[in-house]
Amino acid sequence: MSEKKTNRRDFLFTATYAVGAVGVGATVWPMIDQMNPDASVKALASTEVDISTVTPGKTITVLWRGKPVFIRRRTQEEIIEAKSVKLEDLKDPQRDEDRAKDPEWLVMLGVCTHLGCVPLDQKGDYNGWFCPCHGSHYDTSGRIRKGPAPTNMEVPKYEFVNANTIKIG
Amino acid sequence: MSDHEYTPKSKFGKWFNDRLPLLSLASHLTDYPTPKNLNYWWTFGGILTFCLITQIVTGLTLAMHYIAHADMAFESVEHIMRDVNYGWLIRYIHANGASMFFLAVYIHIFRSLFYGSYKSPREIIWIIGIIIYLLMMAAAFMGYVLPWGQMSFWGATVITNLFSAIPLVGEGIVTWLWGGYSVDNPTLTRFFTLHYLIPFLILGLVVLHIWALHVPGNNNPVGIDIKKPSKDTVPFHPYIVIKDGFALLMFMIVFAFFVFYAPNILGHADNYIEANPLVTPAHIVPEWYLLPFYAILRSVPDKLLGVIAMLSAILILAALPWLDTSKIRSAVFRPLYKQFYWILVADVLILGYVGAMPAEGLYLLIARVATAYYFLHFLVILPVLGLKEKTIPLPLSITEPVMGGSSNIAMAKKKESKIE
Amino acid sequence: MKIILKLISITILFCVTSANVISAEKVEYLKTDWTFKGLFGKFDRASLQRGYQVYTEVCAACHSMKYLSYRNLSEKGGPEFSVAQAKTIAASFEVTDGPNADGEMFVRPGKLSDKFVMPYENVKAAEAANGGAYPPDMSVLVKARGGGVDYIYSLLQGYEEAPSGMILDEGVHYNKYMYGNKIKMSAPLSDGIIEYSDGTNASVEQMSKDVTTFLMWAAEPSLEARHQMGFKAIIYLIILTILVYFSMKRIWSRIESEV
Repeated sequence: MSEKKTNRRDFLFTATYAVGAVGVGATVWPMIDQMNPDASVKALASTEVDISTVTPGKTITVLWRGKPVFIRRRTQEEIIEAKSVKLEDLKDPQRDEDRAKDPEWLVMLGVCTHLGCVPLDQKGDYNGWFCPCHGSHYDTSGRIRKGPAPTNMEVPKYEFVNANTIKIG
Repeated sequence: MSDHEYTPKSKFGKWFNDRLPLLSLASHLTDYPTPKNLNYWWTFGGILTFCLITQIVTGLTLAMHYIAHADMAFESVEHIMRDVNYGWLIRYIHANGASMFFLAVYIHIFRSLFYGSYKSPREIIWIIGIIIYLLMMAAAFMGYVLPWGQMSFWGATVITNLFSAIPLVGEGIVTWLWGGYSVDNPTLTRFFTLHYLIPFLILGLVVLHIWALHVPGNNNPVGIDIKKPSKDTVPFHPYIVIKDGFALLMFMIVFAFFVFYAPNILGHADNYIEANPLVTPAHIVPEWYLLPFYAILRSVPDKLLGVIAMLSAILILAALPWLDTSKIRSAVFRPLYKQFYWILVADVLILGYVGAMPAEGLYLLIARVATAYYFLHFLVILPVLGLKEKTIPLPLSITEPVMGGSSNIAMAKKKESKIE
Repeated sequence: MKIILKLISITILFCVTSANVISAEKVEYLKTDWTFKGLFGKFDRASLQRGYQVYTEVCAACHSMKYLSYRNLSEKGGPEFSVAQAKTIAASFEVTDGPNADGEMFVRPGKLSDKFVMPYENVKAAEAANGGAYPPDMSVLVKARGGGVDYIYSLLQGYEEAPSGMILDEGVHYNKYMYGNKIKMSAPLSDGIIEYSDGTNASVEQMSKDVTTFLMWAAEPSLEARHQMGFKAIIYLIILTILVYFSMKRIWSRIESEV
């Protein structure tokens, strides 16, 4: 058998394998993608919250994408406390201005960044939140101060639609 | 033949293989000596394996979104069709996959009937196959109930009511099957559970089916035993793998046509109406693949006898290796049997046809004649034929047929040369 | 070969006879060109948008469409209204939501994620308002009728005077294409019953075609994606089949050269 013929044979088999592999990949993808959020879940990506009844020192919890969102109207003392913390004292350095668009309103996901429990309001060593699962302490800006959690509580995308309404997502 | 000792080349391979001989198994499967002269009707075993895996994979993904509750099942199917990523594709593959599965299994069964693959020493393979077929029917029936449309509901009602034909305990069994006084939510959830379970039972039986096949090896179109393995057989890989692959791709083109261009043609429009216990659809018809048995059921005017006739029509197949008294396997060498074989094929097609028609008048008469013939074929024609029939001399081996005057042998030879 | 020929001829004979018998029982439906049929079939966007108008202004008074959401109206492969248009459409409906903080249900404008608002609270209310006949939900209506789009299209134009001798009860109408020819719905369309926003002449025929197209999309929103993917899949399979065929010939030629 000549060398040329061998090459041609190799090419045919390689092409068959390659084309076959593409097909297998294309078939596997729908089976994987079906587990991603579906169209009806994606459509619920934003929610509007009425905050007109929240007085200073009160927190409301709303459900967004199946997770609790804390909306706290902070007192002056809390705001001052949050702003006075030095960045070098923080595990996950972040300024309070970068977390709260309006200093009076703190909006964040009420989910501990350790393993996903919901922290308790107005508990812990820093007048903020305390996670009962594994003892993470958060300050009045929702930043991690003590305990196993690696980062601050996450601030979702939100905007003030008007004075009384916040749109999350 | 396949008894050769396999020794892995690598040290680790040897260590592993001594503890769990997976490599020996793989070696056995790739080297498995397969008759050279298998034609394309033999590729349906591979195609059926593909069908089973497709149904299991698409079924698992559908089960992630489906809700087995009488109030939500129909809606959850619509949710799959509309919102779930590629949900419509997965559901249409699953729904049409059932039909393709049965299409392939019927070809597989009729191939076996033509070439006498059920005869000694392959009776166990055949009987396992019949059990698989029965389980397939159960799985398909319960799967059809899950969308909770009108046909789902009334199909479930009619089929479960078959059990009420049993004297004394019948009514009790039906109530037990339903988990209530009608087909309702408890029925749906248990059907879902069983529909999920059965494919894995089938998978286990398929392993046994192939295991039992690998003991005597494949039958072949000539129907005689392998004389010289080195001359008459080829290793399964790559020869049979590539041929099965080619046939599978042709099959997939047909499959794809249904999924993408006629996804609802094999279903019933009524199943897009949500189940309503107050209204029965005008025409209750099972899926096409169950029609011949449905025709047999309806052709008997007595409730209990009808159910018995229908069940016997399937179970009689299990006795086939002993009902067929002929020592010759392949119909190629049995000219008379071949005629009767084609009459049986036509008979089953006719039964399927009248099964879809209203059970009245001429249709009912045809159904009765066809039912009678069906049983006649297995109970009278086959046993007698084996004893009386004049057969054509068999060739010496599958590669060296004797030169005879018969056109049938010439044909067998032609087929062989085409495959090679 | 002989076997295959026999099998094919039996099958053809079988199909032809069954097709004949089936078609003999059916009424001939009215025919029109559907753009969504065929290998590359797509919906006519303008027709879908008009069809939606017919649905909301005529059908929606009685027929629900509970599996559709307003967001679907702007999705690809559908009427493809702009997102802004779809939002406006959604906001024009009142949706009951709640309970609010006081535990009360309240009414708000619809959002894209809302399902189509239903004309009646439940099936019983729908029956009560329609002389005992439930106007069927239209989400999958096209797929739930044997004749599909042709049937719906014909039915909408099939209202005629009842043949003499046929007695119709109060509130029952004669329709040429309805099963049994008796239908509880009065003729829903008449020329100029609505005014199309794109200026198309709203004849009964035009409206029937548009609303049927819309119903087809509603029942099968993935139709365009399916046709496109199907074409690619089949072309792909044919290419791979050809490659595998030649690979097979190549592999089996090893045996032939030995023999």
